[in-house]
Amino acid sequence: MKRLLSPWGGGLALALIAVVVVVPVLHVALPPGSWLHPSDYAVALAGKIMCYGICALAMGLAWGYTGILSLGHGLYFALGGYAMGMYLMRQIGRDGVYQSDLPDFMVFLDWKALPWHWALSDSFGAQLALAVAAPGLLAFVFGYFAFRSRIKGVYFSIITQAMTYAAMLLFFRNETGFGGNNGFTDFKRILGLPIATPGMRAALFALTGATLIASLALARAIVTSKYGRVLQAIRDAEARVMFSGYDPIAYKLSIWTLSAMMCGVAGALYVPQVGIINPGEMSPAAGIEIAIWTAVGGRASLVGPVIGAFAVNGAKSWFTQVFPEFWLYFLGALFIAVTLFMPDGIIGALRGVPRTLARRRGAGAREEGARADGVPARTDVAAGEVQA
Amino acid sequence: MRRCIALLAAALSLSLAAAPAAAIDAPTLRAIVDGDTDARVAALHAAVSTGDATLAPVLQAMLDDELKFDEAHVWRVHDGQASDAVTGAAATLPDEAQDVMVNNRLRGEAQAALAALRLQAPDAAVRAKAIATLRDAPDESQLAIVDAALARETDPALKGQLRLLKAATLVASPDRAKRLQAAGLLATGDDPATRALLGERLGPRGESDPEVRAQLRSALAAVDAHLAAGERLGVLFTGVSLGSILLLVALGLAISYGLMGVINMAHGELMMIGAYTTAVVQDLFRAHLPAGAFDFYIVAAVPASFLAAAFVGAVLERSVIRWLYGRPLETLLATWGISLVLIQAVRTVFGAQNVRVENPSWLSGGLPVMSNLVLPYNRLAIIAFAVLVLCGVALLIARTRLGLFVRAVTQNRRMAACVGVDTARVDTQAFALGAGIAGLAGCALSQVGNVGPDLGQTYIVDAFMVVVLGGVGQLAGAVVAALGLGVLSKLLEGVAGAVLAKIMVLVLIVVFIQKRPQGLFALKGRSAEA
Repeated sequence: MKRLLSPWGGGLALALIAVVVVVPVLHVALPPGSWLHPSDYAVALAGKIMCYGICALAMGLAWGYTGILSLGHGLYFALGGYAMGMYLMRQIGRDGVYQSDLPDFMVFLDWKALPWHWALSDSFGAQLALAVAAPGLLAFVFGYFAFRSRIKGVYFSIITQAMTYAAMLLFFRNETGFGGNNGFTDFKRILGLPIATPGMRAALFALTGATLIASLALARAIVTSKYGRVLQAIRDAEARVMFSGYDPIAYKLSIWTLSAMMCGVAGALYVPQVGIINPGEMSPAAGIEIAIWTAVGGRASLVGPVIGAFAVNGAKSWFTQVFPEFWLYFLGALFIAVTLFMPDGIIGALRGVPRTLARRRGAGAREEGARADGVPARTDVAAGEVQA
Repeated sequence: MRRCIALLAAALSLSLAAAPAAAIDAPTLRAIVDGDTDARVAALHAAVSTGDATLAPVLQAMLDDELKFDEAHVWRVHDGQASDAVTGAAATLPDEAQDVMVNNRLRGEAQAALAALRLQAPDAAVRAKAIATLRDAPDESQLAIVDAALARETDPALKGQLRLLKAATLVASPDRAKRLQAAGLLATGDDPATRALLGERLGPRGESDPEVRAQLRSALAAVDAHLAAGERLGVLFTGVSLGSILLLVALGLAISYGLMGVINMAHGELMMIGAYTTAVVQDLFRAHLPAGAFDFYIVAAVPASFLAAAFVGAVLERSVIRWLYGRPLETLLATWGISLVLIQAVRTVFGAQNVRVENPSWLSGGLPVMSNLVLPYNRLAIIAFAVLVLCGVALLIARTRLGLFVRAVTQNRRMAACVGVDTARVDTQAFALGAGIAGLAGCALSQVGNVGPDLGQTYIVDAFMVVVLGGVGQLAGAVVAALGLGVLSKLLEGVAGAVLAKIMVLVLIVVFIQKRPQGLFALKGRSAEA
C-alpha cells in the first residue's frame, strides 16, 4: 500500500491549499492600505505564475516522466488562452472603441460578420470546452503522426518548435481572425460581471489555485498508477517496453494529449487574470522557457516543476523591474547551470547531496556507453537517471 | 580591348566632325525662342529632325533660362557674359533684349529634343538613357533622328531598344501601314513598358483597325511570354539564393549535429558573431586604411569571422558542451541558454539597434539578364561562396587528417581512442569547425540582410529544418534539402504570400518526416532505436 503523500509533499500540499484560501480572503476582506492586504499586482502575479505552474506540471508529465521534451507547449497554452480570449472579446459587447457588436479589430479590418470559427464564442461553456479540446485535438493529431513514425528525442523537440513557430506566424496574420499582432485585450467582463474588481481577482486566483491542486492530484494519481510506471519505463528504455509487448505509441500519445489539455486549461485561466493574449505566447522562446521552469524545479517530480515556475518567474519579475538588461544573462546562465550542475533541479538538490553525487557517477558511466555505439547519440535525456 | 579603342577613335572623330559642321542658323533659332507655342514647337521639331548636334547646347541654355532675344538675334547670357547664341562670339546685350519664355509644354519638348540629340552621343550609357527618356513620350517628329541613330548603332542591345522606341513612335501614327510595322516591331520587346504600351493601344481609346489590333494582340502575347520567362527565372534565382544561404547555415549544423550529435541552438548566435565581426572589420578598414582599401574589407572579414566564431565555439565546447555529450536534450537547453547570453552580450556591446554593413562597391549593383530580371552581385557572390565552402568542407571531411579523425570518432569513439586518436581534442576541433562555418554564414548574411542581435533567430528554425529534412551525417542531404527548401519556399511565396508559404513548408516537412523519419539521405541501419 502506497502512502498517499510523502511527509513533506503532504506539508507542501497543505501549505498550497492554505495559500489558495487565505490570499483571496485577505485580498477581498482587508482594506488596500492594510499591511496584510495582498496588492492587486501581487495577486495577479501569483495567479499568473500558478497558471505557469500548471503548464510546468504538464511539461513534467511529458518530459520528466515519459521523456518527451516538447518545445511547443507554449502553443497549447496559447490556444487555451485564445479560446477564452474569444469569449472575453464577445463579452465586451458594444463597449469597445467602435461601439460595434463585433470585436474592435474586426471592425478595423472592415469585416461585416463573425468568421466561422467564432460561431460558439458567445457561450462560456463552449469556449471553455474549446480551450481544452483545441490543444487536445492538435496534440493528438500531431502526436499520432509523430509517434507513429517513431520520431523521438531531439528530432521530436525540434519539430514541436517548428510547429509552434508556424502557428505563431499564422496567428500574426490579421486574416486568421485572432487580432493579428495585438491579439486580444481590453476585456471588460466575464460571465456578465466586471473583470477588474478585487472580488473577481480573488475568485480567479482561488479557481487557478484549485485547478493547480487538482492537477497535482491528477498527476500524482497518474504517476503512481501502473500506467505511470509504463510511462517511466518508456522514458528509460522504450525499445525494451515495446519488446515486452506494450504499445508505447498509445501511452505516449495519451500522456502527450493530456499534457496539452492541461496547458490549454492553464491558458484559459491565464488570460482573464493577465488581460491580454497575443501570438508572442507561441514564440519558440516562450515554449522553451516552459521547459526551463520544469528543469529548474526538477522535472521528474510533481511539485518540482511548480516550484520551478515560481522560482524562475519570480526571478523574472524581480529582474525586469530592477535590472532589466541582466534578465537574459540570468536566464541563459540558469539554462546552462541547471543542465550542468543540477540535472534534477531544486527538488533533486533538496533530496540530498550524497544521492545526487552517486547518481551522477552512474550517469557518467552510461554516457560512455551511449557514445560508444556509433550512431549519433540520441538516447533519451533521462535515460534511467531519475527515480521518481 | 581593341573594340574599346575603336569605339574611342570613332567617338573622337564623331565629336571632331560634329563641332564645326553646319551650325544652327539664326532664323531657325529665332523661330524656336519666340512666337506662338505651336509654331515654336514645329520649329523645334524641324530643327531636331536635321540631327544637328550644335542645337544641344543652345537648347540646354534655353532650359537653363539663359537665352535672350530681340528682333533678329538670340543671345546667351552665362555668368553675366553675353554671347551670340549661334556663333558663340562675345557680344554686348542690347537694352531691348527680352527673356526667352519657356512654358511647360516647350520645356518637355526641349527635353525630348535634347534626348533625341543625345542619341548620337559616343557613350553607350548616355545613349541608353536618352532612349529611355524618349520612350516616356514618343513623338513622330523624332522619327528621322531615331532612324538615323538606328542605322548608326552598333550595340545589339541598344539597337533593340531603338527599334522598340521607333515602334512606340509609330504605333500611334495615322498611317495604317506604319502602325502595322510598329506592332511587328513591338513583339520583340521584353520589358514591362512595352507591355503597358501594347495594353494601352488595345484599350478602348487605342487602335480601331481590326488587322492592326490582331497584330498588336499577338505582339502582346509574345511580350507576355518573354516577361513570364523572366519572372520564372527570377523566382528560381531567388530560390537558389535562399537555398545557398540555408546551405551555408546548415553546413555548420551538419557538422555539429550531423557528425557529433550535438544540437546546437546557439548556432544562429555564432552566425551573429560572424556578422558582427564583419561589421567590426568594416569599421576598422574605414577608420584606419585609405579609402581605396575599403572595397577589399570583405577579404579580411571572411577569415576574421571564421576565426572569431570558431574561437567562441571552441570555448563553448570546452566549457559547457563537453559535459553534456550523450544527453542531447540537455545540450539543447544549455545551448539555448548560451544563445540568450550571447544575444544579450551583443546588445550590451553594440546596442540593440542593427549595425550598418555596407557592400563593397564591386558587390553592389547587379547583372542584367533580361529587362525584368537583374541578378544582384551580392547574391551571386553568396551562391559562389556557398559552393566554395561546401567544397572546402567536403574536402576537409574526406581528405584531411582531421576529417579522418572526425569520421573515426563518429563511427566508433572507443575504437578511435584505442588506436590513439585524442577524441576530446577532435571533439573540440570539430565543434570549432562547425562554429567557424556558422561565422562564415554570418559574414555572407551581413551582405544581404540586417545585422542585429536577432540575426541568428531568424534563420535557426529554417536551418534545423534543412538538417532534419536532409538527414543526419551526410553533406549531400544538406545540399539537396537546402536548395529544395529554398526554391520550394520561393515558389510557394509567389502563390500564397510569405507567411502562408512558410507555414506550408513547415507542414510539408512534418508530413515528409512521416514517410522518411531519417530524412532524405539516411544512413542505412537496422537499429530498433532508429
